[in-house]
Amino acid sequence: MAPETPMAPETPMTSPRPTTSPSPFEYAPAPESRGVVDLAPSYGLFIDGEFTESSDATRGGGTGGGTGGGLRKTVNPATEEVLAEYTQAGDEDVDRAVRAARKAFSTWSALPGAERAKYLFRIARIIQERSRELAVLETLDNGKPIRETRDTDLPLVAAHFFYYAGWADKLAHAGHGPNPRPLGVAGQVIPWNFPLLMLAWKIAPALATGNTVVLKPAETTPLSALFFADICRQAGLPRGVVNIVTGDGATGAALVAHPGVDKVAFTGSTGVGKAIARQVAGTDKKVTLELGGKGANIVFDDAPVDQAVEGIVNGIFFNQGQVCCAGSRLLVQESVHDEVLDSLKRRLATLRVGDPLDKNTDLGAINSAEQLARITALAETGEAEGAERWSPDCALPSAGYWFAPTLFTNVTQAHTVARDEIFGPVLSVLTFRTPDEAVAKANNTPYGLSAGIWTEKGSRILAVAGKLRAGVVWANTFNKFDPTSPFGGYKESGYGREGGRHGLEAYLDV
Amino acid sequence: MSDTPREKTAKTAKTAKTAKTAETSRTAETSKKKPASDAEPGRARLSVFKTYKLYVGGKFPRSESGRVYEVTDSAGTWLANAPQSSRKDARDAVVAARKAFGGWSGATAYNRGQVLYRIAEMLEGRREQFVAEVADAEGLSPERAGAVVDAAVDRWVWYAGWTDKIAQVIGGANPVAGPYFNLSTPEPAGVVAVLAPQESSFLGLVSVIAPVIATGCTTVVVASEKAPLPALSLGEVLATSDLPGGVVNILSGRTAELAAPLAAHQDVNGIDLTGADEGTAKDLETAAADNLKRVLRPSPAGAPADWSADPGTRRLTAFLETKTVWHPTGSLGASGSGY
Repeated sequence: MAPETPMAPETPMTSPRPTTSPSPFEYAPAPESRGVVDLAPSYGLFIDGEFTESSDATRGGGTGGGTGGGLRKTVNPATEEVLAEYTQAGDEDVDRAVRAARKAFSTWSALPGAERAKYLFRIARIIQERSRELAVLETLDNGKPIRETRDTDLPLVAAHFFYYAGWADKLAHAGHGPNPRPLGVAGQVIPWNFPLLMLAWKIAPALATGNTVVLKPAETTPLSALFFADICRQAGLPRGVVNIVTGDGATGAALVAHPGVDKVAFTGSTGVGKAIARQVAGTDKKVTLELGGKGANIVFDDAPVDQAVEGIVNGIFFNQGQVCCAGSRLLVQESVHDEVLDSLKRRLATLRVGDPLDKNTDLGAINSAEQLARITALAETGEAEGAERWSPDCALPSAGYWFAPTLFTNVTQAHTVARDEIFGPVLSVLTFRTPDEAVAKANNTPYGLSAGIWTEKGSRILAVAGKLRAGVVWANTFNKFDPTSPFGGYKESGYGREGGRHGLEAYLDV
Repeated sequence: MSDTPREKTAKTAKTAKTAKTAETSRTAETSKKKPASDAEPGRARLSVFKTYKLYVGGKFPRSESGRVYEVTDSAGTWLANAPQSSRKDARDAVVAARKAFGGWSGATAYNRGQVLYRIAEMLEGRREQFVAEVADAEGLSPERAGAVVDAAVDRWVWYAGWTDKIAQVIGGANPVAGPYFNLSTPEPAGVVAVLAPQESSFLGLVSVIAPVIATGCTTVVVASEKAPLPALSLGEVLATSDLPGGVVNILSGRTAELAAPLAAHQDVNGIDLTGADEGTAKDLETAAADNLKRVLRPSPAGAPADWSADPGTRRLTAFLETKTVWHPTGSLGASGSGY
């Protein structure tokens, strides 16, 4: 974790890459060095400004099952190599973290907004300084390509802190009343698909508005949050303002249930989101939920096919499709179905699946064995239900968790692969004839997070965008994010918005 | 032509008051109300009672269950039999609200404002009727009941003005760091179940309905259990105000019996628990989690809502979604021509 250690010599990559590629172009390996990341063998919990062992462990209890104290391992999903051990926080640890956050709240919330802002600006700058290290770390722990962590995740993380830093002393002008007040302690539970970016989406607005936080990163990707604790130390953030407790779902449930938590923010599955909504029923806790999706990507017959294909690929294969707003249902107008599918298949044959640290890699590893099993099972269901499965000819590494980019055609709305969120690189292709039919099919889902529209006709974009029941609509683009742009779902994709002026509301008493 | 509108209003008011008195004297010997001075002694006309009915899908049905329950004034005197709606009535009302959602949410904000203002106009014209009903329902003096009805009329006017302003206040362009047009717009969440406040039978009722429909949501309203008559009469105002049928559906009955199926209904997008009692609010919120309804919790115990206070925008935004649309902007001027 030392900042900017000298570049380690290129170590031979143990991680695999495909030896054959159907692409006419061969690329020499271009691996990013992992020497820039200095991992400790084991990590404690970041509570009240310092790394501590689990209370349960110091009391001699706990083996990691249910209560705290045990150590868990986090692996590189591309190689199954153990990266480090981290601590399973138990109920007592969560309680300690919430109390630390409560203690810090009075002084933190009383700081002039301009001072809080400067802490956040410091954090944003340190993230920029350490972005290479953090990008490599994120790729190691998550399995996503370095191209994405370097060019998407990390720039957005820094931008998010920079954006909300500027709000800290302008809250009276945000349209939430003349003197909006923070809520208190925010309990935040984040997923594994964008570990550090989701941390930024949670922590930046919470701190800007004067709340203190206890954050639980996902059990398969705890490392970047633990590195963020070190960034808080470098920024001189007061003790207890940010607390990081690691562990599995039990830790998250303990945090959500803790009576000292005033605000719950969760990003993850719709199933867990509903459980949280039940758990906080009848309390005063304010809740925002950012949950699953089954986004429709609608391609009209006048769309420029090459651009649309790039958008389709970005929509479903960005981050191996492990994106809540993925365009996982392709709705293509019947008259251009064959043309679009031919072009899409040609494009998929050029995707490079393999070593996430290689700068030329398009698709990295699936985050965990569990997630791979879920994707595999859903794809098998798709086949069993009679949908036509296709993948490009691509060699997958023997170690690690991998899934080839996959298309399902001849899919109807009744197919499981058209209804369930797969959260993997699997695209279901459906057709439509009229714009009304496209809208009806796009909205035929309990989810409502994202949608895409591809057409050259402006009025059609606006008409269709107006009818889609989705929180984010990308027209002639897909999977674009920005800290100024509110993000969140309709219906069972959750409630509340993150990002922009809208994102402040979740952390204020309005 | 000597009948000016003002005189007409006065006459109407007098007639209403006379009828009220007759009704009251028939049912309560001890009524404090004096017979109107111009009523001929001994020959008071027998008044015509109103059959209070539900308002669902723009029509006035009875409860499908055939049940009614007694509604009394604050002194315990019988006022009317109100329909005691069933779970089936609640489901029918949701169907009506869903059917109306596309048209109402697709109407222009200006049009919705016109309709809400029309409701205020219709209500103003029937002021005396509502003054009498609110006085009976809440045990208020005519003066205080009048102030309540005036405030309710004004509340419709307030929300009529909001319909075409809320999007500008809470939406707008987002300055993203790239060549994209990016616009956030509020949209109505859909069908919203509203448990109207139990104590404030009319001003409270209007204060929870108006913001929900102002933004384009449609609603199923459960009226105050013990004082449902002003709500049922409001249906008659809505029916004559150009409000499309099904936008507001009004049910009377046992709040707990109707709230449970509404909270659990899979085609309801949001629920306002204002009228839920402390005991059931938690259960209703739990049931609402099943399809992640947007939930507006009741005021904390000991801090009852002040319906005369400035309502702010909270009840407008409670059932709004934000939709954000992106589109590439292209890059005119990238050659440095300096247009």
